Amino acid sequence: MTMYVNRHNTHILLGFEYHAPASVAEAVKLLDNYGSEAKVLAGGTDLIVKMKDGSVRPKHVVNLKWIPGLSGIRERRDGVWIGALTKLRDIERSELVQKRLPVLYEAVRMIGSVQIRNLATLGGNICNASPAADGPVALLALDAKAHITGPSGERTVDLDSFFTGPGRTILSQGEILTGVTVPRSAAGGYGCFLRVARVSMDIATISLAASAKLKGGTVEDCRLAWGTVAPTPMRTREVEEFLRGKRLDEKVISDAAELASKSIQPRERGRSSGPYKRKVAYGFTIEALTRIAGSVRRNR
Amino acid sequence: MMKIEITVNGAKRVFDVEPQTLLLNLLRDEMDLTGTKYGCGIGECGACTVLLDGDAVLACMVLAVDADDRKVDTIEGLAEGGKLHPIQEAYLDEGAVQCGYCTPGFIMATKALLDENPKPTEQEIREYLNGNICRCTGYVNIVKAVQTAAARMKGQG
Repeated sequence: MTMYVNRHNTHILLGFEYHAPASVAEAVKLLDNYGSEAKVLAGGTDLIVKMKDGSVRPKHVVNLKWIPGLSGIRERRDGVWIGALTKLRDIERSELVQKRLPVLYEAVRMIGSVQIRNLATLGGNICNASPAADGPVALLALDAKAHITGPSGERTVDLDSFFTGPGRTILSQGEILTGVTVPRSAAGGYGCFLRVARVSMDIATISLAASAKLKGGTVEDCRLAWGTVAPTPMRTREVEEFLRGKRLDEKVISDAAELASKSIQPRERGRSSGPYKRKVAYGFTIEALTRIAGSVRRNR
Repeated sequence: MMKIEITVNGAKRVFDVEPQTLLLNLLRDEMDLTGTKYGCGIGECGACTVLLDGDAVLACMVLAVDADDRKVDTIEGLAEGGKLHPIQEAYLDEGAVQCGYCTPGFIMATKALLDENPKPTEQEIREYLNGNICRCTGYVNIVKAVQTAAARMKGQG
């Protein structure tokens, strides 16, 4: 069947069978039953648009919004847990996030508009698996773990291994993302989120989330995660390795930036070119590391 | 068809809706509340902004069934007893309305902003309203209107 995408229809939704499970177990069962005929609805800000233009035509819509226990932000023994149904606006307003996960705070407040963030969920931002999404990039810089429940039980994976391509994830039939945890070791550091987008409502052309912990002026631990420089959000581990144990002086910062601009894997063409992105990556690395070094000095 | 019960502008209403009915269509087509506008339909323009349990959301992206058991406030509910709301007055006084199509969305977003933050700075106003587009490009007067409304209301909702 050829799929007719009608970009002009932004008004009318085609019919579907609607399900509003009251528990994760019930949702898993429905999704397992209907397989590729079903789509998960959370905030709806991605799915509803795709359903209007016809690029996605689910026979069944499984609305997770009414399942209790899947939203909230809590400090637990193993780190900071954020439920998949937590609205982006609630993350932005959370003191816990502002204090302990500054890079996530900075990323989330750049997404869409207040109206979008009042609807959109963190789980949706992750599972939509756009290489340009801001939330996942920040969470990669925080070494986040993804909690998944499916027909064969629960599993927890590194968010870094969650994405398999644009719009694709490791979730298999019947599985849903229930939440993420930022481990204790990654929470509480310095953080910084940078992005280029044409206008405020636009998705990122390129973004960098940086998070770091420093001890006595040297980098103890550092993570750099990038959006829209590869088919999935990615980390530049060679840059992180290079920075570990070093002082953030001018030379180290510019060497790191050089390395970062070589480590990203952008397409040569697309919404902006590969060479352009490599230049921006260089500049972003300098800005992020300089800011992190600056906030360390201020807080001393 | 599914039965939903929603409180629109303070009045409880019961509807039978199809699952694919959007909140925007319910308001405009079933309730004749045509103040809420259909703009882009993809969440970029803010013309369909309404308050759902007090939060500014886009009625073109919310299924009516997701408004079940919740409170929806639209532009029609702002004026009381024939008297315009101070935000509406301020938009008129500052000339913040040109063609007017974006205005209901702007005013509802302004309501949400001032409910949360009665004394916003200019930067906060611009950031909060960045999901509302005015194609007559009257943003300067819109920002002024929000400031005027804030000053007149002095945090009294």
